[in-house]
Amino acid sequence: MDISEFHDSFFEEAEELLREMEACLLALDVTAPDTELLNAIFRAAHSIKGGAGAFGFQALQQTTHLLENLLDHARRGELTLRRDIVDLFLDTKDMLNDQMAAYRQGNEPDPEALQRICETLLQLALEEVRDGGQAPAAPAAEMVVVAAPAVSQDALHITFLGVGEADRTLLVGELGQLGDVLASDGDDVRYSVTLATSVAPADIEAVLCFIVEPGQLAIEPVAVSRAEQMLSQDSLAPLENPAPLESPASLKSPAAVQPPVPRSEQPPAQSAAQPAAPAAASPGTPNSESSSIRVPVTKVDQIINLVGELIITQSMLNQVSGQLDGFAHGALVNGLNQLQRNARALQESVMSVRMVPMDYVFSRFPRLVRDLAGKLDKDVVLVTEGKSTELDKSLTERIVDPLTHLVRNSLDHGIESPAVREAAGKPRQGTLSLTARHQGGNILIEVADDGGGLNREKILARARDNGLSVSDAMSDADVWQLIFAPGFSTAEQVSDVSGRGVGMDVVKRNIQGMGGHVEILSQPGQGTTTRIVLPLTLAILDGMSVRVGEETFILPVSVVTESMQPRAEQLYRMAGDDQLLKVREDYLPVVALRDVMDVPGARVRATECIAVIVHGEGRRYALLVDDLIGQQQVVVKNLETNYRKVPGISAATILGDGRVALILDIAELYRLNQSKGERRAPTAPLPPSSREPVEELESS
Amino acid sequence: MNALNLAHAGAAGEAGSREYLVFSLGGEEYAIDILKVQEIRGYENVTRIANAPPFIKGVANLRGVIVPIIDLRIKFRLASADYDSQTVVIVVNIGTRVMGAVVDRVSDVMTLTPAQIKPAPEFGVNLPLDYINGLGNLKDRMLVLVDIEKVLTSEEMALVDEVSE
Repeated sequence: MDISEFHDSFFEEAEELLREMEACLLALDVTAPDTELLNAIFRAAHSIKGGAGAFGFQALQQTTHLLENLLDHARRGELTLRRDIVDLFLDTKDMLNDQMAAYRQGNEPDPEALQRICETLLQLALEEVRDGGQAPAAPAAEMVVVAAPAVSQDALHITFLGVGEADRTLLVGELGQLGDVLASDGDDVRYSVTLATSVAPADIEAVLCFIVEPGQLAIEPVAVSRAEQMLSQDSLAPLENPAPLESPASLKSPAAVQPPVPRSEQPPAQSAAQPAAPAAASPGTPNSESSSIRVPVTKVDQIINLVGELIITQSMLNQVSGQLDGFAHGALVNGLNQLQRNARALQESVMSVRMVPMDYVFSRFPRLVRDLAGKLDKDVVLVTEGKSTELDKSLTERIVDPLTHLVRNSLDHGIESPAVREAAGKPRQGTLSLTARHQGGNILIEVADDGGGLNREKILARARDNGLSVSDAMSDADVWQLIFAPGFSTAEQVSDVSGRGVGMDVVKRNIQGMGGHVEILSQPGQGTTTRIVLPLTLAILDGMSVRVGEETFILPVSVVTESMQPRAEQLYRMAGDDQLLKVREDYLPVVALRDVMDVPGARVRATECIAVIVHGEGRRYALLVDDLIGQQQVVVKNLETNYRKVPGISAATILGDGRVALILDIAELYRLNQSKGERRAPTAPLPPSSREPVEELESS
Repeated sequence: MNALNLAHAGAAGEAGSREYLVFSLGGEEYAIDILKVQEIRGYENVTRIANAPPFIKGVANLRGVIVPIIDLRIKFRLASADYDSQTVVIVVNIGTRVMGAVVDRVSDVMTLTPAQIKPAPEFGVNLPLDYINGLGNLKDRMLVLVDIEKVLTSEEMALVDEVSE
């Protein structure tokens, strides 16, 4: 068995550990450090070190080793934490991330960076650790340890509890990679392996932890000569008492530092450097691993596709059974109804597999806020709400960048410096809040600050400079939308944090690409709230099916505000062929779906059609269709998999009768209509009233 | 679904001989490499796509996969392209894509040895030489061996997006 097969799982776990480490470091109060947090950080560093050592990632091992040492001193109170020390730890964590990224791509990490961080950590250990006798010795010992395994050769007695045969084979194979398996014996309940190896017990444990739980494992050093004897002793002692791992006496003894440990029951030197670590790890960590599994997203997507098929097949059956006599075929109809319920339930649970909590996104921000606030000399506290709100995995990945941008903006432009805040009668500390919550089929994500708010005059002036058409009479909401224009920035000077003016339009485009939209609420002197509204998932869409001629199209329900049968007096002609529909106080351009999609046999007279008022990309218009068929959830299918992008169409779906229906892209449909009508005199569309859609949305 | 799955029998028999699926367009007989063929199904439930060239009949649902349907009769500019109960769609695998080609009739599967394949003369107007692998010689029958992959991925078909984007 090749150990490299485990690389990926090591990297993933290590990444998780690093994230956890960062979260704990950020939560750490330097004046009164929480021992539990320190322990958690220590454990994370320790686990990574173990894995790194076993897989031969030298740089990673060395760095975590030094970090672990310092953390060990900190949790024992021998090192007084300061903010800059925590910063150094955070830097180290970043360095570890870089190293892992390098190893992941099969490269060696940057040796200079490694040397720099190691020197800094060593320096800190020398200067700060109080216990003078021990502190310098510890790093020295660690440095030896890295080299030591090549020299010392020990036998270890490893016991597994409750491990099945398949896993045992795997484990023994794995151990074979780490040393020579001298003997192995036992059953499912208890299985012992004697291993001649130069690898530290902690490292072995770290490798095996990918297969078994820490509680199922006991490692005890033995002398090779006594291996047989140990095997015959059927005692639970090594499990109940991991004491042989720690030997406090050897901690300060110079002998323990000497690399070639004689073949005896005395533990190898490295275990002395981190006593009690395994013992501390097992009771403290909540055992979440056994209740979750790691599955590639493609597998989940495959299941979702299959369930989509099942739903379609089921609705086909339903259509057929609808024509049957319910009395004569009662059992069949009942069975089909049950199938429908089960299929829907199955679909819901499968969809929930893709859902991940927003915590996945929010957890990145404490660090960002801390770093940026420090850089900008601002005092900011981050508040997150609704961490458990769930969102489709693919969307969480895509929301990170826009959110990061908004958070940076809030910190840089929104929240004022402490002095300015005080002068304005506000608390010195600014508050940045990230919230997520569900609203209908959407998720609302808000980035809110209690800073100075947007400056209406400045934005208007800037817009004029940029050649945008603006007027002083514009509503606030319209003015705020201006900042989404490309190249727009009101920052007086370009900083490396923000102000290059490339951000907000990208934010808006990204969010629209996910089928969502952005709104801004701002009060001068009180702060700005940016609200992102996103659909919960991209795999399923609430669709409104409409008929034109013999064809069926799907409109996303989210773009539809209302529908009506236009009366003759509501319709106006403009510049020849262009039609306008007066809806209450607004004149909306009319787009006939039959013209854009060239549908034969559709109704021609607008008064016989249904006008669906739709909005997209800040534009509202009336879409003429023959009939509304109904509203249903549809499984979104990509057209580009086997075909290509079709103008005006965002995707396709499969209807209950097995036919394909196309899902319309409202914004693109409008552009397509414009280009199709280019033979006519080019007429400017009505200025979009961007205020309206917002109100409509909130009321709907 | 009235689909007929073809067993992909490997190229057995004489060395270099390959199996071809023979189909007719109008009165002419064509053949394509059977290893490209996924299945054969009836022509039904095709959703039209607006603003597409006429030979693209639209898209159909093939067990949950959305597949474009191309009418080879229109593509090769044959006189008539009627749709009746005999009209079939040959579903082909091209790279990672799945596409359907409408033909009049599928007749049989034939094994051709290299000796039976003659080079095509430089002649075609509607069907450029690039799209033809050769002519299959079978006593009194002539089979046009079509390189279906080239036909369906050609630029003019506009089936596949440009590489950019």
